[in-house]
Amino acid sequence: MVRALLAVIFFAGALAALAWLPTQFGAYGVGLLLGMTGYVTLASAWALFSGPTRYVSLATVAFFGIGAYTVAVLSETLPYPLILLVAAAVGLCVALVVGLATLRLAGVYFVIFTFGLAELIRQLVTWYEVNITGTLGRYIFLPISGEQIYWQLLALAAVTIGLGWWIGRSRIGLALKVIGDDEVVAAHVGINIARVKLALFAVSATIITLVGAIQAPRWTYVEPSIVFNPTISFLTLIMALLGGANRLWGPLLGAVPLFLLFEWLSANFPNHYSIILGLLFIAIVFVMPQGVLAMVERGWSRVGQRGRKAEPAGTEAAQ
Amino acid sequence: MPTTAIVSGLVLGGTYALIAMGLTLQYGISRIMNLAYGETIIFFAFAAFLLYSAFGINPIAGLVLLLPLAFAFGYLVYGVMMQPLVRRSARSGNLEVDSILATFGLLFVIQGVMLVFFGSNYTSYNYLNVGVNVLGATIAANRLLAFGLAVLIGGVLYLALTRTRWGTTIRAVAVAPQSAPLVGIDVNRTARFAFALGTMLAASGGVMISMYQTFTVSMGVIFTMKALVVVIMGGLGNLLGALVAGLLLGLVETFVATYIDPGLTLAATYLIFLSVLLWRPAGLFGKATR
Amino acid sequence: MGMYSRRTIMCALGVAVAMTGAWAPGAAAEERSSVKIGYAISKSGANAGGAGITTIPNYQLWVKEVNEAGGLELPDGSRLPIEVVEYDDRSSSEEVVRAIERLATQDEVDFILAPWGTGFNLAAAPIFDRFGYPQLAISSVTDRAPEFAKRWPRSFWLHGGGSDYAQALVDILAKAADQGTINKQVAMISVAEGFGIDLVNAARPAFEAAGFEIVYDRTYPPGTTDFTPMINEAAATDADSFIAFSYPPDTFALTQQARVANYNPKVLYLGVGTQFPSYAAANGENAEGIMGLGGTDVSNPKVMEYRKRHEEVIGAGPDYWGSVVTYSVLQMLQEAIKRVGLDRGAVTEELSTGTFETVVGEIKLQDNQLRDMWWAGQWQDGHFVALAPADRPGASEPRLPKQPWKPAN
Repeated sequence: MVRALLAVIFFAGALAALAWLPTQFGAYGVGLLLGMTGYVTLASAWALFSGPTRYVSLATVAFFGIGAYTVAVLSETLPYPLILLVAAAVGLCVALVVGLATLRLAGVYFVIFTFGLAELIRQLVTWYEVNITGTLGRYIFLPISGEQIYWQLLALAAVTIGLGWWIGRSRIGLALKVIGDDEVVAAHVGINIARVKLALFAVSATIITLVGAIQAPRWTYVEPSIVFNPTISFLTLIMALLGGANRLWGPLLGAVPLFLLFEWLSANFPNHYSIILGLLFIAIVFVMPQGVLAMVERGWSRVGQRGRKAEPAGTEAAQ
Repeated sequence: MPTTAIVSGLVLGGTYALIAMGLTLQYGISRIMNLAYGETIIFFAFAAFLLYSAFGINPIAGLVLLLPLAFAFGYLVYGVMMQPLVRRSARSGNLEVDSILATFGLLFVIQGVMLVFFGSNYTSYNYLNVGVNVLGATIAANRLLAFGLAVLIGGVLYLALTRTRWGTTIRAVAVAPQSAPLVGIDVNRTARFAFALGTMLAASGGVMISMYQTFTVSMGVIFTMKALVVVIMGGLGNLLGALVAGLLLGLVETFVATYIDPGLTLAATYLIFLSVLLWRPAGLFGKATR
Repeated sequence: MGMYSRRTIMCALGVAVAMTGAWAPGAAAEERSSVKIGYAISKSGANAGGAGITTIPNYQLWVKEVNEAGGLELPDGSRLPIEVVEYDDRSSSEEVVRAIERLATQDEVDFILAPWGTGFNLAAAPIFDRFGYPQLAISSVTDRAPEFAKRWPRSFWLHGGGSDYAQALVDILAKAADQGTINKQVAMISVAEGFGIDLVNAARPAFEAAGFEIVYDRTYPPGTTDFTPMINEAAATDADSFIAFSYPPDTFALTQQARVANYNPKVLYLGVGTQFPSYAAANGENAEGIMGLGGTDVSNPKVMEYRKRHEEVIGAGPDYWGSVVTYSVLQMLQEAIKRVGLDRGAVTEELSTGTFETVVGEIKLQDNQLRDMWWAGQWQDGHFVALAPADRPGASEPRLPKQPWKPAN
């Protein structure tokens, strides 16, 4: 009980400190924090669904793009908070439809299906804009500063991780773990697999939609090739997998160092970025087979620190 | 008019099938989800371009030179990068995630090396760019060649897989990698061979594409994804499936472009893909695993 | 494992510390020994192909030439070498925004050169404006330039808008139709990206106003590789003119496939890519007569000299559209610094109001926009020459109809 209380206090304190950070840094520092928090939220939201179910989704950018596009379309007609609500609602609806359709798929079929989905949405948005509205490329002139975007993302990240923590302790979390380990067993013990998966997919997708919506004002100009850039899906996936997707803090621990690494590499090696990044990736796979968090934990227990932290213990070696 | 659409659709699909068959071999038999597949294609497209423009070697002759090189390259990559992962996965069962991460890294390395050597410019040259009359439709000879090659490779490999002892071995590894060693099959060697074979097919696709498509070093991922879509639609590891799915996609694109709206070709591609998956979750020719 | 883990953690910490270190205020201004010029550009990713031909080589060429001459000249006659800070935005909007923030606040460069592409220049515009840097947006075609120049007073829009290019094309075709060379029907396709849609939206009313009938009008998604269906459909119409507002891969593919289909419209007008030297290299004498955006006045000895230098330094020729404009704009910047020094406000003012002598001739901006541009060109005798505006000195006469395809070599 005391430990839980301490954890909450610590969490709140850390959050306050993070919220205070932008006042100390210039625009670039804020930009860095903003980008980092964006990916922390994306990776955490992605892991909400994909971590426990082991369904690797490449649809991240579909929802991200939907969010950004909703803002672009509505930026001059609705007040900002309402736009975010609409974006979340659109994301939720699409997620429910997609979720219902994808329940039958498994493994790599699901991976490519979600990729196809992202491309399909991009193509349809393009076609709609070209043929129905007669424009392509929309402008967002919202007076929202980098700091404000950062604070929104920070709040969303906190909610996402909080949600992950709550799910981990609830009945759903338990059900999910069973599904992840063996769907047949899960079905036999009376878990409604479809409903659990659908709910989780919808929550995860809605958060991702919001990330896109919140970040969009930063770019001024939006077109499908910009907001539906598949790189976003790949980076999210890589960050979450690297940190350890079935742990609460895994995505965060994957996103932060990777984001800083990307930044450092692109600042210092603009011409050999890809090569170094690629080699690092390969090295990481060989050196840290279980993700950053698992490795950090193992390092800790070896040094003799006390055991695990207060978090759901992931299934480490089993798949 | 419909014959024109059918013929040009099939020929377009031939290209898709050609690039997809290598990937289906690599995933279906070697169990490696190779995200760097498209980069391999682009690399060999550049190689063909280089041979043609610098040494005057035509791409057909270039193919003869490049294919063994590609096989060796695939063999090496599997041996150095994939084998340790495969071995490790015997314990952790993480091969899918590991291979995605590792080949994602490989993708960046190949792309970065190409950027340094070839720069980021669009590259294009013409070879065999002449019209050939097929059933009243005018088709570019280079595309027709790619189609022919796809059908040839598909046919030969299909026969080899179903009619030879070697093929039986490969299929055994594809179906039951755990049990194959029990009957004396060297799974590792077979997987390595299949991976190299897949790389060779990627190379042949790259050389063909270089003759009629403009390419840049950043384009690999487009080919990877197109190939993946075709592979998944056909059913993983199923060569015939990849061939049929590739041709089908070509037909769909051409028909949509001709009769509905060229703006919807890619949307239609993905729509067809998604519907096929919803109808048959393991692809056209795949067997459901569960 | 323990070894590795600690080392990796140290590594990660090191990176974090390095980044935090970068946040600390920069060292106090010392005696200046160079002029820092920074840019963030797409060296990799989807935009690298465009940036790699029009923008990056010219930035490099200019810096090299200035430094070989002893550096940028200042009002007092002294010279300071250029120190370049370059970043790769990896064709991502978020990256370009952050990279420019980094240039402005971390590297504290003296000037920032613009990124490539309309969308990226718009993404960067608020930041250029906030930190008081002039933005010389070269590779961005937009009809809303006047509005943007007002919104961000330090931004300069130097590549015209879609309607400029479309109107020039319509004028050329209208004249040819009046002379009886071509009929008044056109077939038109466009790529579904900002560029293609901007142009086609401007072209439709312009054609209509000139009395043309658009008999085929389709938009295709970027990434399309097979244009046979569209070529067949266009060929089935009576249109004498085929127009494609296309991107480079499409432009190359369209040319090849039109040749295979032996489709011989009297006017063949294609989009971005037509102006590339590699286009002529790939198509040889079959490029003759093909029209497109841009164009270069090849009778101008200064331009030809520039082209030669570009080829020598970069190892490849410049394109016949944005390259020479990019280079001229850099010359303007150089001249403005020579006149008023390194104060960014003064340089902005000078760019906006001054008159400059460049390789393309005298340039004076109007409301922060460059209006003396070549809007349409055509391959003639191995060069992509400028056709429009026809009354501007250096314009060539259009040669229509285009010759039929020659059999493949």
